[in-house]
Amino acid sequence: MTIQESKRLWIGLGVGLFWFLMLLWPLLGIKPGGFEFSETWAVFSKVAVAAALIVAVYHLRRAGLLDFIGTPLVRATEAVGRGYQKAPTWLLLAVVLAAALIYPQFAGRYGNDVAISVLIYICLGLGLNVVVGLAGLLDLGYIAFYGVGAYTYALLSLHFGLSFWACLPVAALLAAISGCIIGFPTLRMRGDYLAIVTLGFGEIVRLILNNWMALTNGPNGILGIPRPDFFGYNFASLSSLYYVILGIAVFTVLAVYRLNHSRIGRAWEAIREDETAAELMGVNTFLLKLLAYAMGATFAGLAGAFFASRMRFVGPESFTFLESAMVLAMVVLGGMGSIPGVILGVLVLVALPELFRDFELYRMLVFGGVMCTMMLVRPAGLWPAKRMGRRSEEMD
Amino acid sequence: MDYFIQQLINGLTLGGVYALIALGYTMVYGIIQLINFAHGEFFAAGGYMGVIFISWLAAQGVHPYVCLGIGLVLAMLYCAMLAMAVERLAYRPLRQASRLAVLLSALGMSIFLQNGLMLTQGQYDKAYPTEITAGGFQLGGLYISYMQCLIVALTVFLLLVLNLLVFKTRIGKAMRATAQDKVMSALVGINANHIIAFTFAIGAGLAAAAGIMVGLYYGTVSYSMGFVPGIKAFAAAVLGGIGNITGAMLGGLIIGMVEIFAAGYISSQYKDVFAFIILIGVLYFKPTGIMGENVDDTRV
Repeated sequence: MTIQESKRLWIGLGVGLFWFLMLLWPLLGIKPGGFEFSETWAVFSKVAVAAALIVAVYHLRRAGLLDFIGTPLVRATEAVGRGYQKAPTWLLLAVVLAAALIYPQFAGRYGNDVAISVLIYICLGLGLNVVVGLAGLLDLGYIAFYGVGAYTYALLSLHFGLSFWACLPVAALLAAISGCIIGFPTLRMRGDYLAIVTLGFGEIVRLILNNWMALTNGPNGILGIPRPDFFGYNFASLSSLYYVILGIAVFTVLAVYRLNHSRIGRAWEAIREDETAAELMGVNTFLLKLLAYAMGATFAGLAGAFFASRMRFVGPESFTFLESAMVLAMVVLGGMGSIPGVILGVLVLVALPELFRDFELYRMLVFGGVMCTMMLVRPAGLWPAKRMGRRSEEMD
Repeated sequence: MDYFIQQLINGLTLGGVYALIALGYTMVYGIIQLINFAHGEFFAAGGYMGVIFISWLAAQGVHPYVCLGIGLVLAMLYCAMLAMAVERLAYRPLRQASRLAVLLSALGMSIFLQNGLMLTQGQYDKAYPTEITAGGFQLGGLYISYMQCLIVALTVFLLLVLNLLVFKTRIGKAMRATAQDKVMSALVGINANHIIAFTFAIGAGLAAAAGIMVGLYYGTVSYSMGFVPGIKAFAAAVLGGIGNITGAMLGGLIIGMVEIFAAGYISSQYKDVFAFIILIGVLYFKPTGIMGENVDDTRV
């Protein structure tokens, strides 16, 4: 890096920090009683030091002074990558599955709780991955299907006494149907219009759940949803519930994997890369986009039914736009279209905040920041999909 | 009949507010084809800045309407600065990236700003000083508050200023040229980055004004208040034909009217649903909106 470039970098940092101070001080420092400076300085100095450190590290890396750390790290990751490629896939999968199977024996109540929410989000993330990652349709109302699944199980079990296992396919089916209902009118749209319309649909579903008192009991939600049981064995404890959601998650992973590598999955990817070209090649884009919505919604429906039985309560506030955005953040962070990527994204965004419980308030702030930063530095995600191209219409 | 006219006035007030927010969406979309998800957050930040500046000035014993004037200008400037920072950090580096990436970056920015507002200002609603928001007069069987008059007057004033700015000044001409063709306008010496930053600043300033008006109208602001009006204003922009400034004003008025009349005559619980239904209906039957031109098919 030349002196000029480096100078520009530091000047840019200075201007940015000054700008940040101008934005921060009115928020923290102006009180009806008078001005207050200490709080602003405390926050500002932390941010300034962090930003300066980041720029310094970037600087050193560009200058090649960090190679003594960087090069061995790159070598190590390459070696791990090679080892990963050499080892038979089934062996790796077996190890992961075995670890997942014996996990509840070692984890306490809290550990099980976290693991269950990780698995729920894996189902949601993989379902959304079908719509966003494979078919390239940005869906911002995805959590609505989760809500449909949850309410289906809650209502059927309470009013008709149906068992969890009978409700599971019904929940999936109803979610798939609502996926089609949402998909149908949006099929003419592409890109951002689609995103905003799915957002609108998600909000409509939430408003209906919130206001249809007779059916959903409105904002109070539905209480006393039974836990699943299996020929007399009741999954009352968390560690046994863990196995139920593990089963659903494994089913989801297998199904999404098979879909991804089938003719349908190839067609979805063709639609993602270039819809017009795919149509010209004889792909029925109408049917396949509808199918993508329906399949994505199915997994959310399964996860939703489980969620209702795990919480023993459903209420509309579990299905807000923020939840959709969170699931989307997981898919984006991990890598759209990549199954291990999505699982990694879920682990990072669900398990890591659990480790830093004290920073609970900052959780969503970090979510938003991570989403932005990922788009800037690594738009394909942490573990990108192997087959990923670029839409032809964006080339210009 | 009185009820109908009362609703008409309420609809006009709300519609003006939506129109102001919708202008930011439509101008940004017109120039860089991006749905700025963070735009609703500029609106919320404007509402908060209004509370902060106005309560501070009111505590110094300044006349309420002077407080309001200064607070409005300062809040608009603040949001313009915020928007320029957001554009510089989250959108400009992605100018060449895929549209999905920019959209996700905008979504991330929206969540980030909303939570930033919550962390700095607390989770609870903040109230505007009552000496500013109170008051009104009877006209026949109608009740009109001073705030409603003020909101309508201010909206009309801002819309006129914006129209003058866009259609009569040099920088407005440069904005329109950049929106039409970035390469050609760059060839004649227009700095696209400056124009885009300026567009963001103007849109955010208008959103801030709208935020203060909503704060005055309802008396309080909350950190999450940007999301739903943001979506409704986007619906308004789409309804009017996105990228079209006159269309956004018209769309805002229509959405405001529909919401108030739906709440008054059909169901107040489902009033938010109607804006979404209009949005979906417009996109389905006429994606270019009322005043929109036919755009390139791949863009839709």
